[in-house]
Amino acid sequence: MNWILQALNGFSLGALLFLLASGFTLTFGLLRVVSMAHGMYYLLGGYIGLSVVWFTGNFWLALLAGGSSIAILNYFVNRYLIRRTGENHLAQVLLTVGVVLILADIALTIWGGDSLSLPPPAFARGPIELPGNIFYPKYRFLLIVFGAIIGAVLWIFYRKTQIGAIVRAGVEDREMVNAMGINIDRLFTLVFALAAFLAGMSGVAGGAFLSLYPGAEWEILVLALVVVIVGGLGSLEGAMVGSVIVGLVDAYARWLLPEFSHFAVFAPMAVLLLFRPQGLFGKEA
Amino acid sequence: MAKSDSLLTVNDIHTYYGDSYVLQGLSLEVASGQIATLLGRNGMGKTTLIRSVAGLTPPRRGTISFKGKSLAGYAPYRISQLGLALVPQGRRIFSALTVRENLLVPTSKLAGRKGQGNGQRGRWNLTTVMEEFPQLAERAAQSGGSLSGGEQQMLAIGRALMANPDLILMDEPSEGLAPVLVTQFGEIMQSIREQGHSILLVEQNFGLAMDVADYVYVITSGRIAYHATPKELEEETEVLDQHLGI
Ligand SMILES: Nc1ncnc2c1ncn2[C@@H]1O[C@H](COP(=O)(O)OP(=O)(O)O)[C@@H](O)[C@H]1O
Ligand SMILES: [Mg+2]
Repeated sequence: MNWILQALNGFSLGALLFLLASGFTLTFGLLRVVSMAHGMYYLLGGYIGLSVVWFTGNFWLALLAGGSSIAILNYFVNRYLIRRTGENHLAQVLLTVGVVLILADIALTIWGGDSLSLPPPAFARGPIELPGNIFYPKYRFLLIVFGAIIGAVLWIFYRKTQIGAIVRAGVEDREMVNAMGINIDRLFTLVFALAAFLAGMSGVAGGAFLSLYPGAEWEILVLALVVVIVGGLGSLEGAMVGSVIVGLVDAYARWLLPEFSHFAVFAPMAVLLLFRPQGLFGKEA
Repeated sequence: MAKSDSLLTVNDIHTYYGDSYVLQGLSLEVASGQIATLLGRNGMGKTTLIRSVAGLTPPRRGTISFKGKSLAGYAPYRISQLGLALVPQGRRIFSALTVRENLLVPTSKLAGRKGQGNGQRGRWNLTTVMEEFPQLAERAAQSGGSLSGGEQQMLAIGRALMANPDLILMDEPSEGLAPVLVTQFGEIMQSIREQGHSILLVEQNFGLAMDVADYVYVITSGRIAYHATPKELEEETEVLDQHLGI
């Protein structure tokens, strides 16, 4: 029984990580921007969603508000800060770390230093009974379903639609797409906004089972980085598989090797990097 | 060439890459319904001219007008939307996309095409392009990167046609192709012209250029050194020898 419960724990953490890492990996791969702000986007999105729940009691509105406020914030961070760094990845890292420090301080002033939990919506409270007499928190189960749906939608958009093909074409040769009549810069700005939206939204979703507190931005960023590195930079499929792997490793390690659980997710990453430095789905450099 | 039927007019343009001064007062015209060919040795500025017209490396001075409209300050995508398509040097196929996806990129609603005309609008679509290039139909679901050089060149031309452009800029389409294929591409270009598209063709293959051209320009060091009909150029042994090494 416990095996299955831990698998569910792994999948639900994986679903959350996917929401965050899918946008992260797209940002890396499409725009070649190395942004360390994604963890902070998660936390800030969660905090904003929390306030929306406090004021309105509406969880869906919280998801929307957390996502869109981060998308707007990201637009300004990108437009007025990141764009100045050009192709200088080191500058991007330093700059976005600076942004995180500033935002973290602002968040501390507004939401304080305590660990805050976002109440799940009423329909998602309590346990759900799964086949085989398994009782599992309904919210975490629904999160798995939600993550799978978002994953499927993103995959279909990216792999099966014409606009998705144009985005992929732009990754390969931005100039040619431009010369074919498409305002590729605007399209990429939209994709970037979508990535930030997902990050903000994942904070709201995650706040309802991991809780929100100062420092959570780095913890979740590290997990998202592991997902992206395991899956392969810029690969959506990689983010899917990587999220599930990291989620499962984390869940089983907490159960079987509790004293090592903090390091457990790095072990498969280190092994993988030895044999496939580009990650599972990454292209060879 | 009468001024009135000029589709593309390049007037005294000066184009730079940073400090490097490449096009030094170049002028030429492409008449509607014709193939104009630009001949010249390596490094003379042919690709730079194509990039200037497409808006990828806009000139610092001089004017380019297309269908009577000045292109100054236009981004590449807006120039393309006016009815101009590019078959770039080296083909630049999207290797991770399928052949079909490659062909569909220019047809996106995102590339809202205004201002095309010549009564040719909508002549080219997936079906007609694949009829013209049956090899592409066979490989429709394969990735662009898996095609042979000749097939990639067909795809690059097919992709340009999908936009139903008035003018196609072709940069050395015969580069690296077997001689049989070069002949085939000559025929393809003539057939494209017959269907109402004009072409500005950059070539190093003298035979191909002379076969298909209505008018020929010879470029040396960023300037037009000579221009004439192919017939007239054939007589000019001195020009041929000095600028083209023939
Ligand atoms: N991106 C670039 N940056 C700097 N110089 C360039 C660049 N591209 C081409 N050049 C230079 O401009 C000149 C003309 O190049 P190009 O237009 O490609 O010639 P062609 O197509 O006739 O072979 C060459 O001297 C080349 O070295
Ligand atoms: Mg060239």
